[in-house]
Amino acid sequence: MALPATVQEDLIRPQSVNDPPVIDLHGLSVAFGRRPILKNLRGDLRGRAIGLLGPNGAGKTTLIHTLLGFHPPSAGTAQIFGYDIIDQAKQIKSLIGYMPERDSFIAKMTAVHFVRLMGELSGLPPEAALERAHEALFYVGLGESRYRKLETYSLGMKQLAKLAQAIVHGPKLIFLDEPTNGLDPPARLRMIKLIREIRDSGQAHILLSSHLLVDVEECCDEILILRDGQIAVYCNLEEERKSNRKFLMLETRGDQKKFVEALANLGCEYAISSDTRLKVVLQEGIEVRDLYRLAAETGVQLRRLSYKRDSLEDIFLKAMENGYGGL
Amino acid sequence: MAVYEQTYKRYAGRLTPEWSRFLIIPRHSYRAIFNSKLFTAFFVICFLPLLVEAILIYLHHNINAIAIMQINVRELVPIDAFFFQTFINIQGGFAFFVALLIGPPLVSRDLRNNALPLYLCRPFSRTEYVMGKMSVVLILLSAMTWVPQLLLFLFQAYLEGFTWFKTNLWMVSAIVIGGVVWILLLALLSQTISALVKWRVVASGALLAVFFIPAVFGEFLNLVFQTHWGNILSLGALIKNVTAGLFGTFDRVAGMVQITDFNDNVVREIAVLEPPLWASWAALFVISAICLALLSWRVKAYEVVR
Repeated sequence: MALPATVQEDLIRPQSVNDPPVIDLHGLSVAFGRRPILKNLRGDLRGRAIGLLGPNGAGKTTLIHTLLGFHPPSAGTAQIFGYDIIDQAKQIKSLIGYMPERDSFIAKMTAVHFVRLMGELSGLPPEAALERAHEALFYVGLGESRYRKLETYSLGMKQLAKLAQAIVHGPKLIFLDEPTNGLDPPARLRMIKLIREIRDSGQAHILLSSHLLVDVEECCDEILILRDGQIAVYCNLEEERKSNRKFLMLETRGDQKKFVEALANLGCEYAISSDTRLKVVLQEGIEVRDLYRLAAETGVQLRRLSYKRDSLEDIFLKAMENGYGGL
Repeated sequence: MAVYEQTYKRYAGRLTPEWSRFLIIPRHSYRAIFNSKLFTAFFVICFLPLLVEAILIYLHHNINAIAIMQINVRELVPIDAFFFQTFINIQGGFAFFVALLIGPPLVSRDLRNNALPLYLCRPFSRTEYVMGKMSVVLILLSAMTWVPQLLLFLFQAYLEGFTWFKTNLWMVSAIVIGGVVWILLLALLSQTISALVKWRVVASGALLAVFFIPAVFGEFLNLVFQTHWGNILSLGALIKNVTAGLFGTFDRVAGMVQITDFNDNVVREIAVLEPPLWASWAALFVISAICLALLSWRVKAYEVVR
């Protein structure tokens, strides 16, 4: 099953600016009857793992369904890897895998038969589909129970079987709709681990829809927060993490006045929180060791130093409080 | 993604042609269908009339057997259009029961288990899904209706000679069209009901009801209005008329009604006419169109709540 080296290199190559975006939204709107669900979504997403966040009813699942061609857009369109979701739906579907939110399976089938059928429907020849069905089930951890009927599976096992059917044909983009729903902590950890492994393999992009911030934070490098069918926030977590490294929280003992003067002379911005605490924004070219040097020179003890960054929870809550912001 | 490697790998091998993918569904369905020994036994029994038919054709041409039995089979059961029509009607009856057993769960099971998104998120359209599900019924019913009839026709032609074959060649189209129309109707109706009703038992009951309730109502209309236009509501009667038309045995006059005076003297005789053939074809066409519209409405990845 190993691919030729050139093909693998091509697959692992990171998404560059010249490549078509993973998902490109062009004023995408969806309405059910007269009820608008998604409103004029715009922007392009290029991350390896894209998190789709939002409160219940924000339009996350509708966006996934529209990208899969289940709902026709009422206005605008979207592209996946440069293919239009309206005109080139079949090409798109051959590149994606989908793990639905709800319990979905084909009754009276063993897991291996089910995953094989899904592989064949994706275009794999029967022998290859059977081989990959076994491999996918082993990969997700259902190897030992692959000959059991799906009806006898626990909720966690069904979730894993759904993941196996989504990856059996080796898609380039995997839509995961609430993959950790209803899982107990060990099963959730296993699912998160699998998602991160797929992401880190560089072979597939992931669109992870969840209302669990911690899941998205652990897996994704780019997030899109939806609120009332509109983009509330787009955030590149990777960039955010990098930029947030320059925000420091310091706890000091001693003459803080001298220390902040020295900081100002160095060109750093600061904000005093209390007699013993202050926030510092490091300027380009200034390192943490410079702060230790200044502290030593001004006779101040640095009792605690931590990077202060907005957690995903902060970003999410701000998005819910504030207005809408496109990409 | 080799088992021992335990890593995610994309598939870069050969793909099957798109046009053939709908046939994946019947291939996988037959495995489950023939797991039932009861169904397999019933399916074998369905071939018994064909065996009788083959024996009758054989006896027609076996002088020794005719001499032993001292029955003139040639006169008793002539092999003509009516012979083939009768057996295709018998097989049609068995086909109905096979469709009743295998048809209802096909779509309803997928709807109950939310499996449609799994099919439709792949390069597999709604049309291909419906074609695949209908193929499960169509292939199996073809194997017990028009295909063996055609083989028996060729068997008879082989034994009787080229002149008989040339004279009766028109029957080939009657056998094929008659068989295909019936099984297509069965497949469409069973899939439509299966798509409307999520529970297998209810779906089977609904399929029975669709065949028998309108037929009873049609018979009631026939009796009340002294007509046979009520047959337009009976699927069985429609198919019987269409098949008779194809085999050239259709007669519009179904019977005579005598109108008498108070002294029981016959005043007038009125011919009771079957609906014309075009009406039967039109009714079948309308039923099929309704089935397709309902299938198109029901077979969707997700129900949209407006």
